[in-house]
Amino acid sequence: MLTLKFAYTAKRRAAGTKAEALIGVVASGNLEVLLERMLPGASCEVEIATPVKGFDATWKAVVDEFVERSAPGGLRISINDGGARPDTVFLRLMQGCATMESE
Amino acid sequence: MADWQTERRTRQERMKAGSVFAQGKIVAEKDATALLEAVIRAGDRVCLEGDNQKQADFLAASLANANPQILHDLHIVQSGIVLPEHIDLFEKGIARKLDFSYSGPQGAAISRALDSGKIELGAIHTYVELFGRYFMDLTPHVALTVARSADREGNLYMGPNTEDSPVVIEATAYKNGIVVAQVNEIVDKLPRVDIPGDQVDFVVLTKKPFFVEPLFTRDPALITEIQILAAMMAIKGIYAEYGVKLLNHGIGYNTAAIELLLPTFAEKLGLKGKIASHWALNPHPTLIPAIESGWVKQIHSFGSEVGMDNYMAARPDIYFTGRDGSMSSNRMYCQIAGLYATDMFIGSTLQIDLQGNSSTVTAGRIAGFGGAPNMGSDAHGRRHPSQPWLKAGREAAETFSPLSRGRKLVVQLVESFSEKMTPVFVEKLDSIALAEKYKLDLAPVMIYGDDVTHIVSEEGIANLLLCRTPGEREQAIRGIAGFTDVGRGRDRKMVEQLRERKIIRRPEDLGINPLDADRKMLAAQSIKDLMQWSGNLYNPPSKFRNW
Repeated sequence: MLTLKFAYTAKRRAAGTKAEALIGVVASGNLEVLLERMLPGASCEVEIATPVKGFDATWKAVVDEFVERSAPGGLRISINDGGARPDTVFLRLMQGCATMESE
Repeated sequence: MADWQTERRTRQERMKAGSVFAQGKIVAEKDATALLEAVIRAGDRVCLEGDNQKQADFLAASLANANPQILHDLHIVQSGIVLPEHIDLFEKGIARKLDFSYSGPQGAAISRALDSGKIELGAIHTYVELFGRYFMDLTPHVALTVARSADREGNLYMGPNTEDSPVVIEATAYKNGIVVAQVNEIVDKLPRVDIPGDQVDFVVLTKKPFFVEPLFTRDPALITEIQILAAMMAIKGIYAEYGVKLLNHGIGYNTAAIELLLPTFAEKLGLKGKIASHWALNPHPTLIPAIESGWVKQIHSFGSEVGMDNYMAARPDIYFTGRDGSMSSNRMYCQIAGLYATDMFIGSTLQIDLQGNSSTVTAGRIAGFGGAPNMGSDAHGRRHPSQPWLKAGREAAETFSPLSRGRKLVVQLVESFSEKMTPVFVEKLDSIALAEKYKLDLAPVMIYGDDVTHIVSEEGIANLLLCRTPGEREQAIRGIAGFTDVGRGRDRKMVEQLRERKIIRRPEDLGINPLDADRKMLAAQSIKDLMQWSGNLYNPPSKFRNW
């Protein structure tokens, strides 16, 4: 298992008050994303556990894009990957953020 | 004195040689190979049906058993190279030259036969293009067809699987050719006559019913949330935007997702009656929920689909049906409908380049085109207006002209990566290397970029009608190419500008919540659900019964 960590300053703090959310499942080609509202200000941390080696640059591109297109400030995000495609990872991150921002 | 009767005399000789094996028109199974050796001559053009669905499988095997000393150098002119026997003809030296349209499961075998020099490739056609050539320079000397039943006069009943047969038989029979049909049964009275007996010379009764491929069944259980997200964008950003009522769908899971979102997502948007009412479409089981919910006015079909017979017979308001009650398909007519009378084609592909050219040819596989390029092309002979056609034409026009024509919407709906992380968006199509390797005069292109109006991926919609330069076009495509190398090579600033001009639209631009990209949104989530929607009239083939 490979672990990757990325840290960002997001555009703003994620809206809403939800403390945490879990989205997706760890299955082949899928992934589980845990989001916890536990960081100060606009900080955002993403930690990835993946069984697939050799895609570090792709992971960084996906998470960069996610942070750019949403506002995950204050969130600590943990990804448990089951070998998902980058588009699936991106969708789950967007879904996770939308869940945290929903009432 | 000119001799105008040579073909007719040749036909009489062939008939005489073949009649030895027939009682009236009826030929026994065991005599089939001998019959074919008698009526076919070396060097003949032979159409062996042979399309993407039904197969004259017994006649194919009988021809493949022929003695290559007698039958050799045949020129095969058929729409589908689907069975292993079709390849055997070339491996055994019975056939040499090939003009075809679709090869689905034999795509890799054709590639290998080209490598070994066993196949001399003429061209890869679209269906109506090949049918057109049957009346020009590729008229078959002999057609081997297939029907459900025949009577003793040789009249044929095809049921829902009429498909290519009328056009193949017409071209052959009226140009002094020989028509041989394999049938499942011989009856005194047919339910209806699809082919008149005076166009049929010999009928072979087979013990085993002919093979039909369930090509258009997509199990809803395999539709992914990524496909649902892209389908929602297509519905909101294209179907609703242009008010598309007359259309054709490809056979992928992406378009199956759209079919299953009509009664749910699209219904909530208030689009019922405003989109997707008239179809040139094979009988997709995944359209059953939309039909049952009152979305669909009518459907004309290229061919049939295994398991759909009873459902279609019970819905004559929707499907074209004969006086006997069963559905009637016709590939030629439906292709013409798709070419001239639909406002939109939406389908998938394996590769798209930076100008929107697409291909299903990849290294080692020559899958052919089938009919998609007829639907997926702007018909320059079209002269009737419609709102979607006019709107697309206005978007494409640089400046207003009172003579501006409309445009067919030609939409490619893809995922940025296909199986095994293979990128769909590429700098250069594999078909270019293939054309070089086999010295083809024309690189196989499924749909040319200048016919494509929109590309939809899970990342967004690129409206190519609104692009004014090749540079804009390239960035519009890169801007929805996801995390492929092509997508990551985008000019971010230009992509944002294209987004402001609504050339690129993302889910958030269309008001689509990522949380709605959920399988619960599908009107049916399994084959069993489809059966239930159909009131158990849909009878799925066993390979789809996984409960």
